[in-house]
Amino acid sequence: MSTENVSYTSAEAEFDDSIDDEFDPYSGSYDTTEGRVYTVSGGDWDTISAAPEGEKDRIVVNMGPQHPSTHGVLRLILEIDGETVTEARCGIGYLHTGIEKNMEFRSFVQGVTYVTRMDYLTPMFNETAYCLAVEKALDVTEQVPERASVIRVMMMELNRIASHLVALATGGMELGALTAMEFGFRERELVLDIFEMVSGLRMNHAYIRPGGVAQDLPEDGVQKIRETVPLLRKRLKDTVDLLVDNSIWMGRTVGVGYLDLTGCMALGITGPILRATGLPHDLRKSQPYCGYENYEFEVCTETTNDVYGRFLIRIREMEQSLRIVEQCLDRIKPGPVMIEDKKIAWPAQLSIGSDGQGNSPEHIKEIMSESMEALIHHFKLVTEGFRVPAGQVYSAVESPKGELGCQLVSSGGTRPYRVHFREPSFNNLQSVAVMSEGSMIADVIAAVASIDPVMGGVDR
Amino acid sequence: MSEPSVPAVPEGVRELDVIGVRHGAFGASGSGDTSGFGGLVEPIVLPAPAIRPFGGWYDEITDEIELSIADRGVPATDAIEKVVIWRDEITYHVRREHLLNFATALRDEPGLRFEICLGVSGVHYPHETGREFHAVYLFLSITHNCRIRVEVSVPEDDAHIPSIVAVYPMNDWHERETWDMFGIIFDGHPALTRILMPDDWPGHPQRKDYPLGGIPVEYKGGTIPPPDQRRSYH
Repeated sequence: MSTENVSYTSAEAEFDDSIDDEFDPYSGSYDTTEGRVYTVSGGDWDTISAAPEGEKDRIVVNMGPQHPSTHGVLRLILEIDGETVTEARCGIGYLHTGIEKNMEFRSFVQGVTYVTRMDYLTPMFNETAYCLAVEKALDVTEQVPERASVIRVMMMELNRIASHLVALATGGMELGALTAMEFGFRERELVLDIFEMVSGLRMNHAYIRPGGVAQDLPEDGVQKIRETVPLLRKRLKDTVDLLVDNSIWMGRTVGVGYLDLTGCMALGITGPILRATGLPHDLRKSQPYCGYENYEFEVCTETTNDVYGRFLIRIREMEQSLRIVEQCLDRIKPGPVMIEDKKIAWPAQLSIGSDGQGNSPEHIKEIMSESMEALIHHFKLVTEGFRVPAGQVYSAVESPKGELGCQLVSSGGTRPYRVHFREPSFNNLQSVAVMSEGSMIADVIAAVASIDPVMGGVDR
Repeated sequence: MSEPSVPAVPEGVRELDVIGVRHGAFGASGSGDTSGFGGLVEPIVLPAPAIRPFGGWYDEITDEIELSIADRGVPATDAIEKVVIWRDEITYHVRREHLLNFATALRDEPGLRFEICLGVSGVHYPHETGREFHAVYLFLSITHNCRIRVEVSVPEDDAHIPSIVAVYPMNDWHERETWDMFGIIFDGHPALTRILMPDDWPGHPQRKDYPLGGIPVEYKGGTIPPPDQRRSYH
């Protein structure tokens, strides 16, 4: 069908409904100052086969935000020439929930509930980064009990395994390795079971709190984690056997999504992408927090600068994380898990009551029938929260994706005056263009998967 | 912090950053003062500027910065308003016209080598007349394993800061986010467009005076007021 006879006089975009009997807003063409623009989807390509001779082809494809291989609601705007991507841009913001603004109207303890939902695959890291910032502003970093720090490290390392497993699982699925996905999610379930046992929730734990952690480990907690570690180690080997020397996998990942050290430095890339260029930069080693200086582990590096190298680093980092978890299990000693200062510490430690709900009978007995002061204290802490001196602090942790930083400004009140998160996914996503321009469309998927962006964190 | 009034600042500390005034201790208003703290007036003051010698590595790095800025033809006293050290973190308050020189020095000088700019974030202090917006930059040096913070203050009616994307390309999206959330215009940015909010969104949501919505409740026409108007213990 020819569209040459159709003339437009209006400067505004007008859909050409002569192509089809029924008006279809998703398929049509309109004139712009840059020439005629056709909007097509699916099987509508035939309708533009009669485009006038000599007209420059410029095909822009919107990949996402609902595309299954773009890691959630990432929108990739690709300009393509055949199968080759000539320009790649990211559209983000589809999961923007205003977490930073919301936190300005909640107490410092309640803030944990928000940050855990940012990058929902690394909740423990979000919580730790935030709590370290609050503790730094309070100047109580030294007073956090050792047991709490060990638990934090253990939870973070287990979380690193879970996050890397999802990176491999979704990345594998996007490249067609469905077994890798099944393995990845199956193993992640083991970690989520531990999280559920410890915090009560599989995701969005709000477990790490300013001053320590919300709950002590359950009685058999250490035992159960100890039992899980060898199982995880055994099963991780399955994934390794499945992919590491797999020629199809290597064909899709070796030399793809190339970004060298110079590129990483220009784009501020941290995490596995940076370590895949050979630079052993890891905040756990260079600026230790939560007592990371006491653990033995290696910073994994590769020198391939590509998707395959990042994949190998994630595999090896999971092994190192298991090493750290084992050391945590050896180091953990009985003791408090919350700061001693009752002006900061959350007043109650919940236990599961007979009705299956979290409750704290001892604490209720104390505040309701024994101590008026304890009741006042409880009331003030729960409704009002503690005050944090005016000033600003920055704390950073090495999340599975890179440097996760929390810039916290307090005005001396019970709520943050401003919180800003330096999300590694947000920053690293800037490298999509440089990694994928000039490559095939299929390689864009591999490149994005190797960045491992989580839109909850990117958009906050 | 609902009513801006004359800040009750003691004599002699005028150079401090007073970002607000707190009345009473419990944030309640509109009802009788049952707490006895209703008359309390308390200025909210940010940490005071540090005075040389700072101690530790702060002096070395400040010397290095001052020298390298002077090499670029700007006296350090012109570029750096003040230095604040709080909780083992050093913050340089830099005048915006010298920010680009400052950032170039941070990146290029062998003694500084701040390879990574960890982005910029905004803070809105409506009470600080003439310095309402602060842009906070964080820099990390992998070579020297240290961090510094750089803060630039601009007035609300002239919220322009030179973009440092030419020096630190990684700051591209961070500056777009700060423009989106605060309306700080980064002059010289290659494409300063909204990044998190939709393109046609009016206003800048992270500003303290951005109107917030309440929630209507299906009970006798009641509403839950917007968060900034609810009773709060500030």
